[in-house]
Amino acid sequence: MTMLKEGRPTAPIPVEDAHMAPATVTGNRALMLEEKLIFEIGSNDTTGVDFAVVPEVASRLGTLARTDAIGLPGLSEQETVRHYTRLSRQNYAIDLGLFPLGSCTMKHNPRLNEKVARMPGFADVHPLQPQSTVQGALGVINELAVWLIQLTGMHGVAMTPKAGAHGELCGLLCIRAALEARGDARQVVLVPESAHGTNPATAAFCGYKVEDIPATPDGRVDLEALKARLGPDVAAVMITNPNTCGLFERDMKVISDAVHAVGAFVYCDGANFNAIVGRVRPGDLGVDAMHINLHKTFSTPHGGGGPGSGPVVLSEALSPFGPLPYTARMADGTIHLIEEENVGEEMPQSFGRMSAFHGQMGMFTRALAYILSHGADGLRQVAEDAVLNANYILRSLEDVLDAPFGGSGPCMHEALFSDKGFADGFTTLDIAKGLIDEGFHPMTMYFPLVVHGAMLVEPTETESKAALDQFILALRSLAQRAKAGDDALKGAPYHAPRRRLDETLAARKPVLTWSEPEMAQAAE
Amino acid sequence: MSRYFTDEHEWIDVEGGIATVGITDYAQEQLGDIVFVELPAEGASFEKGDDAAVVESVKAASDVYAPISGEVVESNSALEDEPALVNSDAEEDGWFFKLRIADESELEGLMNEAAYKKFVAAL
Repeated sequence: MTMLKEGRPTAPIPVEDAHMAPATVTGNRALMLEEKLIFEIGSNDTTGVDFAVVPEVASRLGTLARTDAIGLPGLSEQETVRHYTRLSRQNYAIDLGLFPLGSCTMKHNPRLNEKVARMPGFADVHPLQPQSTVQGALGVINELAVWLIQLTGMHGVAMTPKAGAHGELCGLLCIRAALEARGDARQVVLVPESAHGTNPATAAFCGYKVEDIPATPDGRVDLEALKARLGPDVAAVMITNPNTCGLFERDMKVISDAVHAVGAFVYCDGANFNAIVGRVRPGDLGVDAMHINLHKTFSTPHGGGGPGSGPVVLSEALSPFGPLPYTARMADGTIHLIEEENVGEEMPQSFGRMSAFHGQMGMFTRALAYILSHGADGLRQVAEDAVLNANYILRSLEDVLDAPFGGSGPCMHEALFSDKGFADGFTTLDIAKGLIDEGFHPMTMYFPLVVHGAMLVEPTETESKAALDQFILALRSLAQRAKAGDDALKGAPYHAPRRRLDETLAARKPVLTWSEPEMAQAAE
Repeated sequence: MSRYFTDEHEWIDVEGGIATVGITDYAQEQLGDIVFVELPAEGASFEKGDDAAVVESVKAASDVYAPISGEVVESNSALEDEPALVNSDAEEDGWFFKLRIADESELEGLMNEAAYKKFVAAL
C-alpha cells in the first residue's frame, strides 16, 4: 500500500467539563467576535478612499475654518464592512427568532413585499416628477386607501402620517379643526388607563388638558366613570381597542354613543388592529378617527428595519378636515394628487399638511402587496391566528405566571402577566434577562402600568406552534426559577456579548461621547 | 411646624405660610432608583391637584401633584445633579419644591403621619 502519513484521530477527545474552556487571548469566542468601537479600529492617518489631489485654493471660511484635526477614523472598505457585520451578529432580529414585544406586532415581513417595493416603478420615482409618469405609484396609494377604508368601514383616510403617534396627532388636529369650525373651544381629552402611552402625550402636545379614566378590575374602560366625566368641555376620548391589556373594549359602541351625545369625538388607537382586521369594522363602533400602523398590521418592517407609516381613517364628520395632499381617481381613470393649488372648493376646511409629500411610499407598496397576497379572507385569518396564538401562550403559562385578566375571558392579540408570586427580590427584569440567555428577545415589560411588573407578550400569527412551544418552555422555566428564588437568575444574562448593565448608572450619568483613552487619562 | 401626607404619597411641611413638598419614603421605594427629577420653575402657580413635577425611574415617569394651591418660591436644585437624594433621603434632603400657600384650609382633610402609615399598610 501507499502510506499517507497525515492521518489523525478526528473524533472529539472527551473533555470532563465544557465550562473549563480557557479564555482566549483575543477575547473572541469562535464565531462570536469581540468588536471594538470604530474609533478604536481606525486610524486618523489612513483612509479607504483614494481622493484626487486637491488644488491649493484660498480659504474663504475666515474664522469658521477648522483649526484642529477632525478626528474621523480612517478604515478600509473591508474593515468597515467587517465592523458593521460583526456588530449585526450581536443583534437580535425578527429574521432570527420570535420577537414577543407586546403592542409592537413584530410579525414576519414577507419577502414578496420586498420584491414589490424594489420594482423600479416604485423604488426609483421622485415625488416631484410629473404625475402622468407615476400613475402606477399614485395608483398604489389610491388602491391602499380604498382597502383601508373598506377594512375599517370609515368614510375617508389621510395617508400621509408617518407613524402611529404622527397619526394620533393627525386625528386630534382633525378633531380640533372640526370643533373650531363650529366655534367650540373644548379643552379636555379623556384617556383611559388601558390606552397606549402615546395617547396622553399626543393630546398634551395638541394643547389639551388630559384626564385619566380608570380601568375596571377586569382591565377595561370604566364605563360609568367615563359617562360621569363626559360634558361640554370634553373634546375627545382616546381609546385603544383592543386595549393594552390585550382585551377587546366590549362597550365601544355604548362609549361612542355617549361621547357623541355630548358633542365630543372618539379617537381610537388602532395600533392593535391586527387582532380584529377582517372581523370588526371600527366605523361600525362609532369611531371618528383611527390610525393604522401599516408597520404592525400590514407587515411593513419596523423596529430598526424600516420607517413606520400611520394612515388615519376618518368618519364622515371629520373627513372634510383631513390633511393634504390626497389622491383622487378622475373620470378618465387617471389618479391625481389633490394639493393646495388644485384643492379648489373640495376641501376648504383641510387643516393643512402633515408632511412634505405623499407619505411613506415604500411602506405603501409593501402594505398593499401584503393585503393583496392575503385577500379579504386571508386578512380575517391573520386576526384569528394572532388571537389563537396569544391565547395559547396565555393558557400555557397561567399556572406558573399570574395572569391578572386571565379570568376576563379570552385575550386578543397579546397575553398579559404580572410579577405576583415571585420570590423576594425577584422581578420582571430578571425574567427578561433570563429570556436573553434562552435566545429570545424579551417581552414588553413594566407596561401597561395598571399591572405590577407587567409582562406583555404578543406572539403574532406568523409563529409556528413549535416556535411558541419553545418560547413557553423557556418562560415556564424562568417563572419557576423566579418563584423558587434561584439566585443564579439574578446574574443573567450569562451568554450575551455583555452581562447585565447598570441601568441606573447609565440613566443618571450617561456617557454620550467617546474620547481617546490617553486624553481621558490626561483630563483626570 | 406640622407635617401632612396625601393619598398620592406626597408629604407637606407647613411653616410660616410656606409648604415644603416631597414624595414619601414609601413612594421612592415603589418607584425604584430615581434617575431624573423635573422641577417647577420659581414663580409658577398651581391649583391643588395640578401636575407640578415629574420623577423618573428607569422603568417609568410619574407625575407629582401639587398637594395644595400656591406659588412656587423655591425648587430643590440639588435634585438636578443628584436625583438619588430622593432614594436616600426622601422625606428630608430629597424635598422637591416650596409653595407659598394660597389657601390654608386646603390642608384640612390631609393625613398626619400615623394616618398615612395606616393608609400605606393597607395598600
